[in-house]
Amino acid sequence: MADTNSDSGSFEELATPLIGRLYNFAHWLTQDASEAEDLVQETFMKGLKGFASFRQGTNFRAWMYKILRNTFLTTRSGLRAATVSLDDEVAGVAEPVASGTPESILMAGVDYERIQSALEGLSVPFREVILLCDVEEMSYQEIAETLAIPVGTVMSRLSRARRAMRELLGDRVKGASR
Amino acid sequence: MICDEVQTKLEAYVDSELTGREQTEFEAHLQGCGSCATDALGLMKMKHITRAAAVSRYAPSPEFRRQMERSIRVDKRAAWTGAWLPRMLMAAAAVVLLVASVTFWEKHNDRERAFAELTDMHVTTLASANPVDVISTDRHTVKPWFAGRIPFSFNLPELQNSEFTLAGGRVAYFHHSPGAQLLFNLRKHELSVFIFQEQEEELPLAAGEVTSTKLAFHMESWSEGGLRYFVVGDAPAADVHALGELMKKAARS
Repeated sequence: MADTNSDSGSFEELATPLIGRLYNFAHWLTQDASEAEDLVQETFMKGLKGFASFRQGTNFRAWMYKILRNTFLTTRSGLRAATVSLDDEVAGVAEPVASGTPESILMAGVDYERIQSALEGLSVPFREVILLCDVEEMSYQEIAETLAIPVGTVMSRLSRARRAMRELLGDRVKGASR
Repeated sequence: MICDEVQTKLEAYVDSELTGREQTEFEAHLQGCGSCATDALGLMKMKHITRAAAVSRYAPSPEFRRQMERSIRVDKRAAWTGAWLPRMLMAAAAVVLLVASVTFWEKHNDRERAFAELTDMHVTTLASANPVDVISTDRHTVKPWFAGRIPFSFNLPELQNSEFTLAGGRVAYFHHSPGAQLLFNLRKHELSVFIFQEQEEELPLAAGEVTSTKLAFHMESWSEGGLRYFVVGDAPAADVHALGELMKKAARS
């Protein structure tokens, strides 16, 4: 998907529609309501302060998510998350999908709770890339801007994150069927 | 496309990241390959269910949302102030400048009118058959003549070593206030020195030294010892100034 998002307007006009989305993302990252509020609050404060430096006409959403995510990395849970190893990350190579697995999982009747629980079980780098791509529906380019990584790394990380999620779901499905 | 290639592009396909041509080729393969089509469908469903499960999983409390909205509105006011304050200041500065200009213009006009009035008085005096009421070249005669006629006293300069000669004096009225008009000669020029009591309220000539030139008449004015002095004449400005200096010296003696 081409990155055609470009925004211009006042901070209020651009940021108000993002309150709920940013909070949801923050809560998924922190796994804590109060930490999520602090994170969103700080993100808005930084956004307001730095709005003059935001280039009108560029991607406001990616800019705000980037602020939130960078702010998160300075928090206690963010620092913990940052220590998760992402070795073997090969840029630009999407790994083949293990044949049949997603379909069989879905056929086994995965409900929202299981998906949510699997997402929570992912490491933060995997969780955030899935959230940005599947939940926020960002393009690879936007994700690359938000996470400050190359597009190739977005692709490989996304692929590994999805595989990790399938594995978690598979375990849970197996666990549930036992 | 072969299955291996399709498998590496499955995710890009479900994430709508393939180019138009790639997508066409990809979909053409899916139509003939049940295995790849099943994988693509599975990934799509997975993506869909992940979004559905996570997109509204956590919602901010109404209070928190209001708090955020308020903080943005605060910014709006700040932005308004930020954007408009300099303009307002500029507008205010422009008004101040305008008022100052008008005031200056009015004062300037008042000053010009005062000078014109005194110049007229000087010219009228010269045109008169009896330009002065006390005809004397002796300052010791002229000065006492004013005693009782005007409500103040003043000193007259020693002119022995100058080109100026005293012709005499008369009582003049300026803005309803009596004062002294002294007539001096310099070569073929005639100059008047007007002395009035300082009345800032009425005289449009505030403290300070001013000079003016109009229609070949030069004028110099200053304040000293509660009195306002004016020297006016058709002599060169330097001579008007020289007479002024003599008057100042006398006033300080």
